[in-house]
Amino acid sequence: MAAELRQPHETTESIRSIASDYKYGFSDTEDYVFKSGRGLTEEIVRRISEMKNEPEWMLKFRLRALDVFRKKPMPTWGNCKLLGDIDFDNIFYYIKPSERGEKNWDEVPEGIKQTFDRLGIPEAERKFLAGVTAQYESEVVYHSIREDLEKQGVIFLDMDSGLREHGDIVREHFATVIPAADNKFSALNSAVWSGGSFIWVPPGVRVEIPLQAYFRINAENMGQFERTLIIAEPGSYVHYIEGCTAPTYSTDSLHSAVVELIAKKGAHIRYTTIQNWSKNVYNLVTKRAVAHEDAKVEWIDGNLGSKLTMKYPAIYLVGQRAHGEVLSVALSGSEQHQDAGAKIIHAAPNTTSTIVSKSITKDGGRASYRGLIKVYPGAKNSKSSVRCDALLLDEASRSDTYPTMVVDEKEVTIEHEATVSKVGEEQLFYLMSRGLTEAEAKAMIVNGFFEPFTKELPLEYAVELNRLIQLEMEGSVG
Amino acid sequence: MAARDSKQESLLKIEDLWVSVEGKDILKGVNLAINKGEVHAIMGRNGSGKSTLSYTLMGHPRYRINRGSIIFKGEEIGDLPPNDRAKMGLALAFQYPVAIPGVSVSNFLRASVKSVRGQEIPVKEFRQELKAQMALLEVKDEFLSRYINDGFSGGEKKRLEILQMTMLKPALAVLDETDSGLDIDALKVVSTGINTLATKETAVLLITHYQRILNYVKPDFVHVFQSGQIVKTGGSELSEELEERGYDWVTQELTPSGVA
Repeated sequence: MAAELRQPHETTESIRSIASDYKYGFSDTEDYVFKSGRGLTEEIVRRISEMKNEPEWMLKFRLRALDVFRKKPMPTWGNCKLLGDIDFDNIFYYIKPSERGEKNWDEVPEGIKQTFDRLGIPEAERKFLAGVTAQYESEVVYHSIREDLEKQGVIFLDMDSGLREHGDIVREHFATVIPAADNKFSALNSAVWSGGSFIWVPPGVRVEIPLQAYFRINAENMGQFERTLIIAEPGSYVHYIEGCTAPTYSTDSLHSAVVELIAKKGAHIRYTTIQNWSKNVYNLVTKRAVAHEDAKVEWIDGNLGSKLTMKYPAIYLVGQRAHGEVLSVALSGSEQHQDAGAKIIHAAPNTTSTIVSKSITKDGGRASYRGLIKVYPGAKNSKSSVRCDALLLDEASRSDTYPTMVVDEKEVTIEHEATVSKVGEEQLFYLMSRGLTEAEAKAMIVNGFFEPFTKELPLEYAVELNRLIQLEMEGSVG
Repeated sequence: MAARDSKQESLLKIEDLWVSVEGKDILKGVNLAINKGEVHAIMGRNGSGKSTLSYTLMGHPRYRINRGSIIFKGEEIGDLPPNDRAKMGLALAFQYPVAIPGVSVSNFLRASVKSVRGQEIPVKEFRQELKAQMALLEVKDEFLSRYINDGFSGGEKKRLEILQMTMLKPALAVLDETDSGLDIDALKVVSTGINTLATKETAVLLITHYQRILNYVKPDFVHVFQSGQIVKTGGSELSEELEERGYDWVTQELTPSGVA
């Protein structure tokens, strides 16, 4: 995130030297309170629940999910080859880095604190955030929220504390948007989830500045399974931002989150992700929102890192006049596959939705847009517009579009537009004739292509994102 | 040969330049010399190779030099990428500037001026300079936040090109049909911009199809371009003669090898 994208003290020299590389690839020495063995067993699931001191219903939920996970086959679509390479027996499913989550930076264990300092988290918090949680491996090690929000009744906790302190609210909403059995990876998450954010915004309260969560994987072959639940009561507003990084290892890690959003009548939730995992992380995430009457949900989803991402933020428009937007960008380089997209379900009359997907591929990378628009009978006067733009930076790269539309209502307006373009020789020549190097010119064209995304980000993030793209471009030229 | 016969080293010296595009010869032995601060006009029919000359000067990768040389500030620039040429003080105002969606004019101008001048300009100073040039070209503030040439009218594109020239202050500005597609009011404004640009420090090579713009911008030299060569050179009176008698007159008067 800003944090993950930021490294203000680097000299230009060292930035250049890692330009083609990933700059968050450093790792810390492991010094953990608990680390499970490799592989997934019922005992590990019970142990996680026990260590967290969970109520019985949650343990039962986990065990049922484990059963579903074992029975469900792997998806037969997406990138099956890469999916097939995942070795579930080689993963560490639960690592507890410290005894508890702190509210004060000074009390966060020294090594972890240094990592987050290096990623710029405390700095970002001071400057432009209303609250922060920082998750390291399986647990949140730090969380804070501005006092004024707390006074207004806004709850912003890690998911475990949420369950402990607000059991009733959690039980009422948890897994109602994404049931454990939704897919193999949601089942896996449901069995071993740990950490993530729990947010509850009281009716009519507007959280004007963003809340942020930051996720960091440190250990090799780690599996991170955070679980996030955001509930916006009627007429409220909240903007949540998440970012993530991990060290670069020669073997793979797995990140499989489940994120549920519930926007009640007239509420508005904006969820921004800047995914910048190192290129050895599988990022297989299920994200889904329910928008009730007059509610609005926006997924602003940026995918830059990871080896394979499969993620299709969904919005169920279940109340009249609900509105959903997915704005998704992907940058895919060498040995990366970003399989991203969106799903919008129109299940009530006069609902509207917009999907904008933009992908850039380079150095043999691959990007896919996979999307679904579904309109149920009776969802009269629904409107949806889908736009997919792909920019290919070289011949070796690949871009695909898999749009699906299932429309069971006649009185609807659905638009779909897709473009594929290459960075034009004429554009490069024009910019270079004004003194820009080829790399600078390419970065400028790419930044421009992503502009509809970056202009939706808080300024600090936009600046850092542009800088990150610049580094990527320098790495890819020459 | 073109410019004034002088012992001083020319700013630009093109000798026997042969250029092909995708295997087809377009320029066939161009000779031209431009000294510091001079204004030259190249006139010729569409398809005579005028724009090829401007693209070749700026270093478009698809234009291949087969023979001859381009010496700019005493250095052969034929193999240099466009950005190096820009840094040496060469600039081209495009006939058909391309759109770059998502990149604002102000960000682009800033990056460009920084690259060419080789140093960061303080924001305030840059703004002041820019505002002054914009006023001259009757360009509105909202121009700056728009994306480069994206949805611009023909006239707006040309104004942006000239605005860039005045900000970059090149030693030689090549203006490729900057006058085409402009109504008379826009032409006057753009001409004012060109006249501001043409100083002792900035030479101008004005490539045009019509005599019209030369009512507002007075060239020191006029060259007639035909079949990939300069076939006749004269003072500003030559453009009037061309306007009166048409390009056919030159064809009839002159042998293709041009004037010595």
